[in-house]
Amino acid sequence: MSVSSKVDPDLGARLDELRDTYGDTVQVEEVVEVVDSLLSTMKGDVTSADMELYNELESLAEYIHSAKAEIAQLRPDDVKEKYLSSASDELDAIVEATADATNNIMDATEIVEEVMAGLEPEVSDKLMEATTKIYEACTFQDITGQRITKVVNALKHIEEKIDALVDAFGSEIDKFKSENPDPVEDGPKEITDEDLLEGPQLEGQGRSQEDIDALLASFD
Amino acid sequence: MAVNPNMPILIVDDYKTMLRIIRNLLRQLGFTNIDEATDGSQALQKLRQANFDLIISDWNMEPMTGLQLLREVRADAKLKHIPFIMVTAESKSENVIAAKEAGVSNYIVKPFNAETLKGKMVSVIGDF
Repeated sequence: MSVSSKVDPDLGARLDELRDTYGDTVQVEEVVEVVDSLLSTMKGDVTSADMELYNELESLAEYIHSAKAEIAQLRPDDVKEKYLSSASDELDAIVEATADATNNIMDATEIVEEVMAGLEPEVSDKLMEATTKIYEACTFQDITGQRITKVVNALKHIEEKIDALVDAFGSEIDKFKSENPDPVEDGPKEITDEDLLEGPQLEGQGRSQEDIDALLASFD
Repeated sequence: MAVNPNMPILIVDDYKTMLRIIRNLLRQLGFTNIDEATDGSQALQKLRQANFDLIISDWNMEPMTGLQLLREVRADAKLKHIPFIMVTAESKSENVIAAKEAGVSNYIVKPFNAETLKGKMVSVIGDF
């Protein structure tokens, strides 16, 4: 026999009111409010069924509160900002770099084809065979590009889910962040070996060879 | 070559690099009269403006896919006779069946080699 079937009529009526207000699906951030509202109406004689319901609701509220705090500690906002965006950018850079490389390979192959015309047929045929193989091998770029696009789409999907999570737990995350601020370094931060290994840099984030030459020359 | 090497061929792919690869492979096979489109709708426009004897098209393109292009071609009285080879990374049986039901002449799975391209072309337009 379910708890609700034993609930007294007043409590049942209050549950119906809450259902009218919040619907059948209650947002996570509203659960505590709903439970508080329900408990505040419990007065007068409390039956054992009411107590059972009260205990169930109280443990449910505690469980949700604790789950919210744990999710906030995982900092889903941080995952999105620090890792997901960067992963998408890196993948886009891979597609761009492989496309550039493939076009450079084909530029060179087309030049080989142009000079083949003036060669002995035996040599020309061998070169033709080799250039055909190069063109065939270049199709990898299309396949890797399509696979990477699928991964980027998957990351976007995860990003949307994290956005929803951050929306639902925003206040809890802000609370956690204010209680646990990122450590502020006193004075200049010492650069570790790990800090130095973040390459290859994306377009516009690193220095050009010319910049590096100039920087090196500035030590002379 | 029994087939006219100057036959007009339309190649369709949203990856410019792939268009270049197919163009070069076709040139090595002896075909020089090649035009390009980067999606189905652009291809359809070109097909309605000039004559083509063969279409070699990718499937996964936007806004009009290769399958939509194939259906448009087969539904057009002036274009429906043109052989259509689908060149795609989609290799599931249901894709091949859908393409066949839409009237595809032959089907090449990426990545492919020149021999496969030639073999499928021979089966569609005759030996060369």
